[in-house]
Amino acid sequence: MMIESKVHSRNLVQWAKEKAEVLVLSADLTSSTECDLFRDTYPDRFVSMGIAEQNMLSFAGGLAREGFIPFIHTFAVFIYRRAYDQIAMSVSYPNLPVKMFGFLPGITTPGGVTHQAIEDISVMRSLPNMTILDCGDATDVESVLDVAYNTDGPVYIRMLRGEIPRLFDKDEPMQLGANRTLSKGSDLVVLSCGICTEEAMRAISVLQKKGLSLQHIHVSTLKPFHSEDIMDAIQDSKYGVITMENHSITGGLGTILAEEMAKAGMAKKLYKTGIKSYTHGASKPYLMKEYQIDAMSLIEQIEKITNNSFGIQEEDLEKVYIAPVHSNSKAEAL
Amino acid sequence: MKKMDWINEVKKIAHGIRKRTLEHTIKNGGGYLSQACSSAEILATLYSKVMNLAPISNPIKPKLFPGIPGTENKNYFTGAEFHGPRGKEYDRFFLSPAQYALVVYSALIETGRMSEDGLDYFNKDGYSVEMIGAEHSPGMEVMTGSLGQGISQAAGIAFARKRKKETGRTIIFLSDGELQIGQTWEAIQTMVHHKLDNILIYIDVNGYQCDGKMTSVMNVEPIEKRFEAFGARTFRISGHDIEMLAKPGEISPDGRPIVIICDTDPTRDMDILGSRAPKFHYVRFTSDEEKKKYIEKLKNM
Repeated sequence: MMIESKVHSRNLVQWAKEKAEVLVLSADLTSSTECDLFRDTYPDRFVSMGIAEQNMLSFAGGLAREGFIPFIHTFAVFIYRRAYDQIAMSVSYPNLPVKMFGFLPGITTPGGVTHQAIEDISVMRSLPNMTILDCGDATDVESVLDVAYNTDGPVYIRMLRGEIPRLFDKDEPMQLGANRTLSKGSDLVVLSCGICTEEAMRAISVLQKKGLSLQHIHVSTLKPFHSEDIMDAIQDSKYGVITMENHSITGGLGTILAEEMAKAGMAKKLYKTGIKSYTHGASKPYLMKEYQIDAMSLIEQIEKITNNSFGIQEEDLEKVYIAPVHSNSKAEAL
Repeated sequence: MKKMDWINEVKKIAHGIRKRTLEHTIKNGGGYLSQACSSAEILATLYSKVMNLAPISNPIKPKLFPGIPGTENKNYFTGAEFHGPRGKEYDRFFLSPAQYALVVYSALIETGRMSEDGLDYFNKDGYSVEMIGAEHSPGMEVMTGSLGQGISQAAGIAFARKRKKETGRTIIFLSDGELQIGQTWEAIQTMVHHKLDNILIYIDVNGYQCDGKMTSVMNVEPIEKRFEAFGARTFRISGHDIEMLAKPGEISPDGRPIVIICDTDPTRDMDILGSRAPKFHYVRFTSDEEKKKYIEKLKNM
């Protein structure tokens, strides 16, 4: 698996080259959200807003009404938690093209509960007009710009930074409403999004060697949710579906799927894996284990669901790359 | 227009705003009357002297609620059409406390921008003339009912227009209660930092809010010192002095946003309101006897 560094930083500069209407707004987290190279390359299109997110979101609404496309860059929590009313009334109600890049989704930061966005999908998806995208790898991080740009109205993006894996072919960009089928099988459907997809891929590659037949689907468009292929796979499965997300089990991928299954009258079991409480500050691998959204936890769950015991050990999994907390690819240890 | 002529014209409009709002309050059994009394001269001066708005040929009749904005809604409109067609040279007006909508509606009628019967649609089911104005309501173009958001949105628009080299200014009407909100100050610091000198903010300082006197609810004085400290170009004047209200509209920009702090009286030309102190926010008659006093007042206006 290839690991790449500062993908967004380089890509944003290249991508925005000919797009004069795209302005980047930052709330004092310019390096931490990888828009520093953009600032240095196009200083005239970079708008420094200070630590004042409520104003930043309403201000962005004003810019969008005048034909600009603001790209908000800050940590996710400071978008949807700090400025929810402003998003609802200054951005989402008027259906304005403000693209919100929320960094540090879920437990991807040791910054603790104040910095960990664990209910952003839940909160944002109840807003009419809102589109929600979740990135799982470097290809998603690159191609999400086109998807957000070409989608009418406001878009909220769960963004990745620093050292991230490339799981999907560069030539297969993210597309609005298109899920990625990563493996086919009929025992159980595994539905994952964001950083959980990498974990699920590791678990599934081992489980398949043990003889399980698993359908793995990666979701990057959480709203509007396109479920046709997913529902077909669940219908054809023996044991149902398990969702895995770096987000609260309330209101995220698992809930979205539950609504779809109920609507379709689908008589299959749904198992939800995700964050079940508030979180705290520690390393990403530690937290993924603690909150049971890592590959080993998924294997244990699937063993339980399918009545198996394969005796798989941590070292049987493909070596996962663990990014060091302090590295040149991040502005601070956060 | 000669000096006395335009001042008399503003006076006439201000009187009309108060009268129309009183008339509506009586008919409706309640209304935002004190807001009309405190801000009548400010809005009358803005609409007839300060703001450069495109003329409109005929007063516009309020329309039905067009549905919420969205990709599917092709019939959507905002209330900005009451300010005439947009143009690079024209000013844009933003009513930050949408609770003053009734007063703006009255001002639109008095200045020939809304049809005489406009207030008949006020708060009427299915119509755009909402009680707390939304962006589809006459004279409005952004969502400002959640206080503090209007000023930031207007700042974004002013920033964008400056970038596009448009000469039209952004005129914001603010209430003193909004100075208690953090976002208001975030917006002011942003305007100063980004040198948005194409903005004029008129603040109606009537000293009262929903719960009562502002000094008892949450003091915001000394207001002019606060704005000066933020780096704004600050003036403090009487909000009923028409000449003083008009002056800031003529000064040349110097890199700073202009803030005009207007001290006003929420019972101005409506002495009978005085007995309600300190609860001026919304007038609802408590007895027929009280209502009669207001009917009597209207007859004498």
